[in-house]
Amino acid sequence: MRAAVITFPGSNCDRDLAVGLEMVGAEVTRVWHKDSTLPEGIDLVGIPGGFSYGDYLRCGAIAANSPICAAVKTHAEKGGYVFGVCNGFQVLTEMHLLPGALMRNAGLKYICKTVGLEVGACDSDFLSNYTAGQTIQVPIAHHDGNYTATPDELDRLVGEGRLAFRYTDNPNGSVRDIAGITSANGRVLGMMPHPERAMEEAHLSADGARLFAGLLGAITTA
Amino acid sequence: MKARVHVMLKNGVLDPQGEAVRHALGALGFEGVDGVRQGKVIELDLADGTTEAEVNEMCEKLLANTVIESYTVELS
Repeated sequence: MRAAVITFPGSNCDRDLAVGLEMVGAEVTRVWHKDSTLPEGIDLVGIPGGFSYGDYLRCGAIAANSPICAAVKTHAEKGGYVFGVCNGFQVLTEMHLLPGALMRNAGLKYICKTVGLEVGACDSDFLSNYTAGQTIQVPIAHHDGNYTATPDELDRLVGEGRLAFRYTDNPNGSVRDIAGITSANGRVLGMMPHPERAMEEAHLSADGARLFAGLLGAITTA
Repeated sequence: MKARVHVMLKNGVLDPQGEAVRHALGALGFEGVDGVRQGKVIELDLADGTTEAEVNEMCEKLLANTVIESYTVELS
């Protein structure tokens, strides 16, 4: 699997994501936000966590309009894989690659802790190494993770089996406990929790590594 | 010419920051504050001849997230 990880001004999980992908065997190229093209032959684009552009205007709004994101949109429209974590999830909603929006946490506090996630009955290569209904442990670290969408969009997400992860104990007020969703084709995944911070037992959980390994396995055998 | 864009969370979208401000006003002894909604104001200095339609397009494409926010434009 060949992956590109984007760095925006203010990204701070870009290295973590690149190292996490390399740990499972991906070949990773780092890409700068001012680039207008992705490297040739990329399978996956990773949009990392952090505070792109200082969260000015709205989280992810400026990054979503940066030169590289036009190329990311084209990549997704051609059926390429895109993974956005935390601020990356916010960027994906601002790009309209995923529906809905992420608002300030209901409790107004920044939350940094490991949480339980229930894996959804969601047909996505990102979830290849998980079983629907199982609970995994992955850290969150965000101030604006309160997912919302219109009732129609929520019904569509549920009906099309696109709820990838739900909090077992909702920390931020997200509607229907949503922690992560996919695109209709299952190839774009956005989630607030950080699987790249749950790569080995020293991180208190290695559940995140299975997400990357599962995707790599699915792409390799495809 | 100038434009002033007001961006607010849509009615029905919970505004936790506004709620926190409402609680703080109550704690300061201000009674009868039944609701607080918090938004933002964006002032644009524009070339003469810029149309309201163009400002609306700026709002749709960047200044507001119409999933959760509504906006109004004042030109002067």
